[in-house]
Amino acid sequence: MLQVGIICGYLALLLLLGVASSRFFRGTASDYFLASRGIGSFLLLMSLFGTTMTAFAMVGSTGESFKAGIGVYGLMASWSGIIHAAVFFLIGIKLWSFGKRHGYVTQIQFFRDRFESDKLGLILFPVLVGLVIPYLLIGIMGAGATIEKVTEGAFPSVFPAYFTGRTVVAAGAVPYWLGSLAICLVVLFYVFLGGVRGTAWANAFQTLVFLFIGCFTFVLIADKFGGVRNATAMVQEHNPHYLRRTVDADDPLTRYQGDLKVHGQRLAKWEAAPPEERGPKPAEVERPHGFTQLHFLTYFFIPLSVGMFPHLFQHWLTARSARSFRLSVVAHPLLILLVWAPCVMIGVWATSAMIDGKPVIPYGFTNPNAVLGKLVAELTTPVLGGFLTAGILAAIMSSLDSQFLCIGSIFTNDIVAHYIKHDRIGDRQRVFLGRLFVILIVAATYALAQFRPGGVFTLGVWCFSGFASLFPLVFAAVYWRRVTKAGAYACVLTAAATWIWLFAESGFAGDDNYLFLGMMPAATMVAASTLALVVVSLLTRPPSAATIEKFFGTVRA
Amino acid sequence: MKNFVYALVILLIVLHQDFWFWDDSETLVLGFIPIGLAYHMGISIAAACTWALANHFCWPKDVDEIESLPKAQARGQEGH
Repeated sequence: MLQVGIICGYLALLLLLGVASSRFFRGTASDYFLASRGIGSFLLLMSLFGTTMTAFAMVGSTGESFKAGIGVYGLMASWSGIIHAAVFFLIGIKLWSFGKRHGYVTQIQFFRDRFESDKLGLILFPVLVGLVIPYLLIGIMGAGATIEKVTEGAFPSVFPAYFTGRTVVAAGAVPYWLGSLAICLVVLFYVFLGGVRGTAWANAFQTLVFLFIGCFTFVLIADKFGGVRNATAMVQEHNPHYLRRTVDADDPLTRYQGDLKVHGQRLAKWEAAPPEERGPKPAEVERPHGFTQLHFLTYFFIPLSVGMFPHLFQHWLTARSARSFRLSVVAHPLLILLVWAPCVMIGVWATSAMIDGKPVIPYGFTNPNAVLGKLVAELTTPVLGGFLTAGILAAIMSSLDSQFLCIGSIFTNDIVAHYIKHDRIGDRQRVFLGRLFVILIVAATYALAQFRPGGVFTLGVWCFSGFASLFPLVFAAVYWRRVTKAGAYACVLTAAATWIWLFAESGFAGDDNYLFLGMMPAATMVAASTLALVVVSLLTRPPSAATIEKFFGTVRA
Repeated sequence: MKNFVYALVILLIVLHQDFWFWDDSETLVLGFIPIGLAYHMGISIAAACTWALANHFCWPKDVDEIESLPKAQARGQEGH
């Protein structure tokens, strides 16, 4: 009950923030979509960080390190620290300057102009929107499931127990449909009222919330484990492979052995049950296998995806000046460190922590993403549980808001204004359409999320790979004068074709550990799309002198 | 200096592949952080320092001029 109160209080604060940001709204399209290009250094840092870090940064980082050990930090966090900052510096600042000079609001406007091709927008539109939608679904589903889980038993007289098709939800839980609806409505409220300024303010607030809560949780949990040294010593004794990236033949593998034992008991029970009462067969326990050098190296390609995120493009354009980027470029890797390092340590400790001779996370625990929630529930107070839930929701909403707004912006500016009204559209109409589309997109994705499509979480990694495969397009657009329209088409089509091919090879995201030739699939996609872009550009007619002058010529004040 | 900073970025990418700490679970920094993790936390800090140098020495020349452009130079209204 206390947790529900904290969550409601947190959502109420966001609504207030939405009202406050709307007081600064000037009523123009530029203000709604780009905050009149007036966002300063601190807000830009917070909104970029909040947008790139999803709930995965807190929950997933703990869960992944629980599964695979400390290597997760190098794989996902330190690569992101280097690459994200590089993309902000090398791509973000340039795109901001083009946006400021030529009045762009969306990524597609820029590419249409840069490649002198109206139809390129028609190809990019379904690709970009198609890649953002699973990302949105992950957020909505994650929010609904989180609220459902943490409120179990809170309102037994209002919400009876129910069956989701896979599991039974205990009585009293705020149902998934209601929890996800509440989150969608709160995000819709502040995006509707404040536009991108509302999202920047909310992101700043939410980023501070999940940074603070992450650090606080780390200190409390370390204390419960008998201090940081004791927590690590338990891992060294029982599961030392989690402290490195290899698994040795003589490792004790205590957790794996425990998981195997529980699995054997579950399997025996399953086999003994009558076939009609069996339910799904218990999943096999995977033996720890460490990281290969090639896998670790080629993860480099995944964070390149930020260069093509349409919602990040929009945030870049909100910057007041190029100098506003300076803080983001430097502080982004440090903020990643602050969020990820404590969560990775908690995940690793959780593999081996024992209290009174019993493992804190019981053997046979099959949901790594629930490890952080379980630790907080078992070891801390309901108050911290409430704040942790608020932190998780903060991370989810700080990505959802920008994605909703950016898709609304794409529909308004790249489709309706561009094709139907032929750019003869007033400022108020643009704002009206932007808001209308945001409502429609929230409604459509909310409805889709109610089906709880399976495999959508694995699909998230494939979305990142898809955006990464388009990175050569934006890099060449910014730095290579000779890149041509045909080269751009070849790049997008090759990226789409290799994505579809490798996605099918992986069993349509059925294999969580899928690697192609021992590498992340994104490595092959980026190589193929780069090759297509370069070869076709060199074989076709260069862009016009006017375009070269427009993007690479000197600035005339 | 500009080339030096870009060389540092490449060095950072090379140093990220720390095969020398790949199988060390014994060495602990501050008595509790495994060396493989501490090293990559150091990579994150080094990334911040490298990009701070880039801000100083590799800042694109033309972008600061754009700040002084009048808004009217943007094509018509925002969003064309």
